Amino acid sequence: MNTHDPLLVFDRALVRSHRERAVLAGDKSDFLFAEVAARLADRLSDVKRSFAVGADLGSRGGHMVRATLATGRVDRFYAMDPSPALSACLPVPAVAADEEALPFADASLDLAVSSLALHWVNDLPGALVQIRRALRPDGLFLAAMFGGETLWELRQVLMEAELAISGGVSARVSPMADLRDAAGLLQRAGFALPVADRDPLTVSYSDAWALMRELRDMGEGNSIRLRPRRPLRRAILAEAVRLYQKRHLFAAARVRASFEVLYISGWAPSATQQQPLRPGQATTRLADALGVAERPAGDIAVPRSE
Amino acid sequence: MSEPDRKADPKLLEILVCPLTKGPLRYDAAAQELISERAGLAYPIRDGIPIMLADEARSLEDDAPGS
Repeated sequence: MNTHDPLLVFDRALVRSHRERAVLAGDKSDFLFAEVAARLADRLSDVKRSFAVGADLGSRGGHMVRATLATGRVDRFYAMDPSPALSACLPVPAVAADEEALPFADASLDLAVSSLALHWVNDLPGALVQIRRALRPDGLFLAAMFGGETLWELRQVLMEAELAISGGVSARVSPMADLRDAAGLLQRAGFALPVADRDPLTVSYSDAWALMRELRDMGEGNSIRLRPRRPLRRAILAEAVRLYQKRHLFAAARVRASFEVLYISGWAPSATQQQPLRPGQATTRLADALGVAERPAGDIAVPRSE
Repeated sequence: MSEPDRKADPKLLEILVCPLTKGPLRYDAAAQELISERAGLAYPIRDGIPIMLADEARSLEDDAPGS
């Protein structure tokens, strides 16, 4: 469907098969998924209420499902993953569906969580609107996603090496949202009280080969739709690894790799939430509260029409 | 651990809609399918897992002429 649409950045079928292969092969490189799921569940525990019906969007091997169940905050919890094979292995009732086309009815969930699954979505604003609509009023959306600083070292050396050797560059590391995008998108999708913050993580590897191998084992291999069909030439890879080694050395002959995780949350609007007053509704003067004389700021707030 | 015929969770089926049209689904228990009349698709339920993916669904074209 829509295979020629230039706005489709990612190949969703490839995303699905990368994930499937990684998890079914035993998920040996899943420490980041486990860690982020634990941190996201901590944030859920900080919310002082419980939820009748919840769903995890993009469950992969089930780290977030297990972490959410452990909080004891959700009565009925469902998992969702684009891979039917992975959906069948999860510890709660699951549905196989794509994060881009949610199968949940309007106002059917009190909680939607998602851990490191939304960075492969083509239409993130559209996905957020679907999530908001699936939530009941005062329902919570809580997610972690990779941010734009993720793997900047690898992105940079691959680009430089490819430019130096083949005279051009192509898409090798996927584009990701940054913190400001994330907060703005939540607001535009109609979430109330949107919050976004970032958590930079540094991981060390023996060299860039090990990093690239791990990304593949994580199921995070390149799924850009217009990616070059040929893998990178060995010479380019070797040059990238050499540059990486030179620039991003960590202690004890290891290299560093940056990951940036964005934690975002928002609530489906409800009349019971705190609401801003309309301008002009104050019953006390600020100057009185501060005990000072009021001085005009210079601009006069009168309607344009005389 | 998994019995041969796992049943889909009935409460989960209640809150599912067609991912393409967001329209209602009809549950065909005999065929183990969720039918979206509006999209003209029948989504399979395999081992108790509803497969809500358009590329895995069966087209209803044969029994619903015109649209």
